[in-house]
Amino acid sequence: MATLSLYGQSILVLASLILFTSFALLAQTRALPLIRLFAWQGILLAVTTALVAWVTHQPHLYVSALLTLGLKALLIPWLLIRLVNRLGLHNEVENPKANALVLLGAAALTVFCYEIALPIMRLSTLLTRNVIAVSLAVVLLGMLLIIVRSKAVTQVVGFMCMENGLFFAAVVATYGMPMVVELGVAFDVLIAAILFGLFFLQIRDSIDSLDIDRLSRLRETDE
Amino acid sequence: MSSGAALLAPLLLVPLAGVIILAVLGHSRRAGWINIGISLLTLLASLGLAAVVLEKGHLLIGGGMFYIDAFNVYLLVLTAFVGLTTAIFSRAYMLDEMAHGRVNTKRLQLYHAMYQGFLFTMLLALSTNNLGILWVAMEGATLATVMLVSLYRTPESVEAAWKYFILCGVGIAQALFGTVLLFFAAERVVHHRDRALWWNVLYARADHLDPAVMSLAFVFLLVGYGTKVGLVPLHNWLPDAHSEGPTPISAVLSGLLLNVALYALVRIKMLADPTLGALPGELMMAFGLLSFLVAVFFLHRQRDIKRLYSYSSIEHMGLMTFGFGLGVPLATFAALLHMTVHSLTKSALFVSAGHAIHLAGTQSMERIRGLIRAEPTVGWGLLIGTVAIAGFPPFGIFTSEFLLLLATLQSWPWLTLPLLAGLLIALAGLLRHVQPMVYGEPMAGWKPVRANVLPVAVHLALVLWLGLAIPVILAHWFIHATILISGRSPW
Repeated sequence: MATLSLYGQSILVLASLILFTSFALLAQTRALPLIRLFAWQGILLAVTTALVAWVTHQPHLYVSALLTLGLKALLIPWLLIRLVNRLGLHNEVENPKANALVLLGAAALTVFCYEIALPIMRLSTLLTRNVIAVSLAVVLLGMLLIIVRSKAVTQVVGFMCMENGLFFAAVVATYGMPMVVELGVAFDVLIAAILFGLFFLQIRDSIDSLDIDRLSRLRETDE
Repeated sequence: MSSGAALLAPLLLVPLAGVIILAVLGHSRRAGWINIGISLLTLLASLGLAAVVLEKGHLLIGGGMFYIDAFNVYLLVLTAFVGLTTAIFSRAYMLDEMAHGRVNTKRLQLYHAMYQGFLFTMLLALSTNNLGILWVAMEGATLATVMLVSLYRTPESVEAAWKYFILCGVGIAQALFGTVLLFFAAERVVHHRDRALWWNVLYARADHLDPAVMSLAFVFLLVGYGTKVGLVPLHNWLPDAHSEGPTPISAVLSGLLLNVALYALVRIKMLADPTLGALPGELMMAFGLLSFLVAVFFLHRQRDIKRLYSYSSIEHMGLMTFGFGLGVPLATFAALLHMTVHSLTKSALFVSAGHAIHLAGTQSMERIRGLIRAEPTVGWGLLIGTVAIAGFPPFGIFTSEFLLLLATLQSWPWLTLPLLAGLLIALAGLLRHVQPMVYGEPMAGWKPVRANVLPVAVHLALVLWLGLAIPVILAHWFIHATILISGRSPW
């Protein structure tokens, strides 16, 4: 195998850091550190995007990097932290069931992503092709976070983490999507973040808790 | 070109302006009328656009940003039409909700603004030429309706909205990954980056797309948009979201949004077919048949009137997905017709169910009895609508289901058996619930409601008309759309 350039090496290091934050999110059980980790993932993503933009001379990626930094690393974490403080959730600790098993499952998912991404990696000529599997893994780990946790805050972080993975995939597979699409997606993410905030208030008002497990009135088996 | 642009612009801009106008005026007593007026203007614009498309075949508008052909133009008209009739129903219904204190002026404002926002995102999703914008608009439609599902702020409605938000968000994220993969494959064959997601450009070069990447992209897009279509096993959010929100929203969610999601799926299938052969069609057939069969059994177990019709929507979306999956011209024609008649019938049913709920003060079917005696127009509307949706002749659903069965018999004969059995089980499931609701003695203590049955009557009359004779213009559209999707004319 040919030796990697400095650029290739730094992309790989950054990608592995992003994947690491995804695993850390799965292991974290307190709301505030969880949001901070999510903010770090956003920062890493923005740095990766800026690096790709600089090396490959894709000026539009600078815009994407700035959008990511503003939205995923600053605005959304800030909104979430404010809500957590306002609702007094910062001391709550979640007790996820069988967390070691979940982390092992996450590792298995990551390996599975490499298998799925093979046909794409074979076709791609971009320097970043090795990272496509990692981006898919970030998407799936975000989904796993939503599935195994029952706190509303954690589910929102999982949702945003999936968005991070999708954006990462677009950057490394195709150097980003067309600008108009990226702006549209960013707009949707922003609206979603605001709606999530409003939802927290609604959920708390209606069931006095932000524990999604208590949302179980709508079932087929109910009388 | 210019006449098309002159008509598409109001079609999109009128509802968008409606969002702003109703965000300001949505709380007033006249808001219902404003809502109707805006929807009427939208419908007129869509009819004008349809006339232009009829003349010119297809249109590329706004430098290629929008693409209108026979397939989406009839869905645009259908969306604008059901949007208008539901707005007519919604005016009286929401005033009634206000009178009962279930919504305050602030929520009424939100409701009216988001109603137009929802119509705008659907029209944008249908008319855009860019598959990325299609995704953005689909997600936008979810975001516009999520606050409407939880409008009453009851624990059930908040739960339904949260489930809708998270499940559809996760589902549609898969579709975005699929879109990234599609872009990746497209970049190799379309050299102009900004045009690589344009549907008309991709369609012209579809046979050059890499099959390995396309199969992966198609699976992600099928799961993503399939969640929004309500395909089993990704359907869990649908009965909750459709039953907990205000009834006009149930009508447009079931009647329109599911169609738009299916539209997206069919457009993707058209791109995947040339390189993947039978795979996309067979996947859609499998998911469609599974959804259909699961939903018909769930029909029997329902207790809530709106959940009953939500499961019926899953059943019919399953049938349409199956029809498009079969891929032969006759099945495609049947599925297109089914999209239309299902939209019309289902929104009429939700309107009737909404009146019944107001009359009885509950959604529980056990406590709704003797509707025909209590309020004949509502009772007959519900009964005739149910008979139509169950597939009795001479209604349009009978025609489309008959054509679909015929197409199945010609290409996959064995599959007609589960289809027929499913249709019978669905018929039994619907009638066992609806029969006691409409006949017999009404329950004591019901207050009469001011029922506006105009939308129901118009929709059911149209469905009857489509069952007896399809108008020439409509048949022309369906045949053109069938040729676009399946390559050949059905006859």
